[in-house]
Amino acid sequence: MTALLRVEHLSHAFGGLKAVSDYRLELSPGEIRGLIGPNGAGKTTVFNLITGIYRPDEGRVLLEGKDLVGLAPYEIAARGLGRTFQNMLLWRHMTVLEHVKVARWSKVRYGLGGAFFGTAARRREEAEHEAAARKCLAFFGIEDLAPQVIANLPYGAQRKVEMARALATEPRILFLDEPTAGMNPEELAQMMTMIRRLRDELGLGIFLIEHRLRVVMELCRRVQALVFGEVIAEGTPEEIRNHPRVIEAYLGKEIVA
Amino acid sequence: MTVFLQNLVNALQWGSFYALIAIGYSMVYSILMLFNFAHGDVFMTGAYIGCGIALLLVGLGSAGILVLPGWLVLVLTLLLAMVVTACLGMFIERVGYRPLRDAPRASAAITGLMIGIILETGNLILLGAQRVKFPALIQPVTYELGGVFVTNQKIMIVIVALGLALALHQFIRRTRWGMAMRAMAFDYAVVPLMGVPINRIAALTFALGSGLAAAAGILFGMAYPVLDPYMGIVFGWKSFVAAILGGRGSILGATLAGFLLGFIEIFVAMVFPSTLRDFIAYSIILLILVFRPYGLFGEPYSVRLRL
Repeated sequence: MTALLRVEHLSHAFGGLKAVSDYRLELSPGEIRGLIGPNGAGKTTVFNLITGIYRPDEGRVLLEGKDLVGLAPYEIAARGLGRTFQNMLLWRHMTVLEHVKVARWSKVRYGLGGAFFGTAARRREEAEHEAAARKCLAFFGIEDLAPQVIANLPYGAQRKVEMARALATEPRILFLDEPTAGMNPEELAQMMTMIRRLRDELGLGIFLIEHRLRVVMELCRRVQALVFGEVIAEGTPEEIRNHPRVIEAYLGKEIVA
Repeated sequence: MTVFLQNLVNALQWGSFYALIAIGYSMVYSILMLFNFAHGDVFMTGAYIGCGIALLLVGLGSAGILVLPGWLVLVLTLLLAMVVTACLGMFIERVGYRPLRDAPRASAAITGLMIGIILETGNLILLGAQRVKFPALIQPVTYELGGVFVTNQKIMIVIVALGLALALHQFIRRTRWGMAMRAMAFDYAVVPLMGVPINRIAALTFALGSGLAAAAGILFGMAYPVLDPYMGIVFGWKSFVAAILGGRGSILGATLAGFLLGFIEIFVAMVFPSTLRDFIAYSIILLILVFRPYGLFGEPYSVRLRL
């Protein structure tokens, strides 16, 4: 089976510091894959390289065989790489519905003329646009929050808004950067259910950075362990947990004992 | 009382210019986190462009090639000059600001000053030091309401200014461009990752701000028909004051603060000799800012009135 996303020999340095070297990845639709590693290992940098925030020094990022390297981040997003962030980065003064609407930018075609003069084409498209946006909210069960401003929402709800925003870009692969950070056990369980549903119901490929091993163990089929910008081990969660180099570098030796 | 009302009418007109220019400052600031110090000179250039278009249309009319009624000439002048000046704004963004977006803030700030000087001197080179007279496009009609004199021109200026400010407000609230601008105003980094081309949004911001500045320039040219290449400097500064006073990044705030500035200036001049006008007016505004450091409508994280 050909991979939906294939990353080859990805390398990047900040000044003289090698942040990521010779990174590889293959991701299929419907696959949940994990990326673990200690703080500063370069996990978020890997995400930033793939989604176009940084331009890699070397390597290719192929989405269905087409190289994405060199495209602007907005073009990469429009081609189907959706993303959430460690610290969410929501637009706090805007409403929930507006978040998902902005994220549907690349799916809307009406032009500036329509925006200025309110043409029939714009009204029709806006209606479709709004329906699709509400569907994204409904997927995460937050449809009733649509008119709320982000600043007024509890943390768990904000995380869902962020997921809905990423889903609204109609991605084929979602890059989730610590989706369960700061969550209580109940929110954590909900988030894991939602990630599974994204895979099962929408067939998305999902690539997640995670600090909680429990989440990785339960969700992911395969896991990569990244240390100092290099993948030191790759395999099933079980293999990774028992891999000596991972234990040494990431989990710490005392856990073995 | 009639004196008060008369001054109120004058203040509304005077504030219209400030409001339209302040909006442009405010929009660019909220999206790119920098002040476009060339904006006052964009206002000046807009006035000249409008003047050129009006003279051309009037010339065509008197030559019998294309005879249009005065009001239509005015509407066409406004629209065409706004479009041309909007293109100028996009050009300024492209050559002056985009390459410096990741440069230190101070570099981007002086860009505006330099572009301003280029626009002023460019104008001098093109047209010489001679002042240009804006053609009268509509026959002035003066109405008297209980001792207060209102010209059709003043009414038109205030209506056009308020109409444009409201239209922009609607644009920003309702369209996807407006939403993207508001998103960028809050967090610039995420927006492209949601598939939104931020360079286009930045260009649009400059275009809209410059278009409004051109409208202000033409309206100003109708009220005070002598244009000179340095007319934008003090006007730019004062509108900049209005933009800050309104609360950074707030369109309604900038509009209201623009009118407030007009009121303060006119009413100070009503009581004190006009040589003291700006001295006293801006002392008052300084005092307001001391007590409301985030501006009239700005809060550290204002939810309601941010762009």
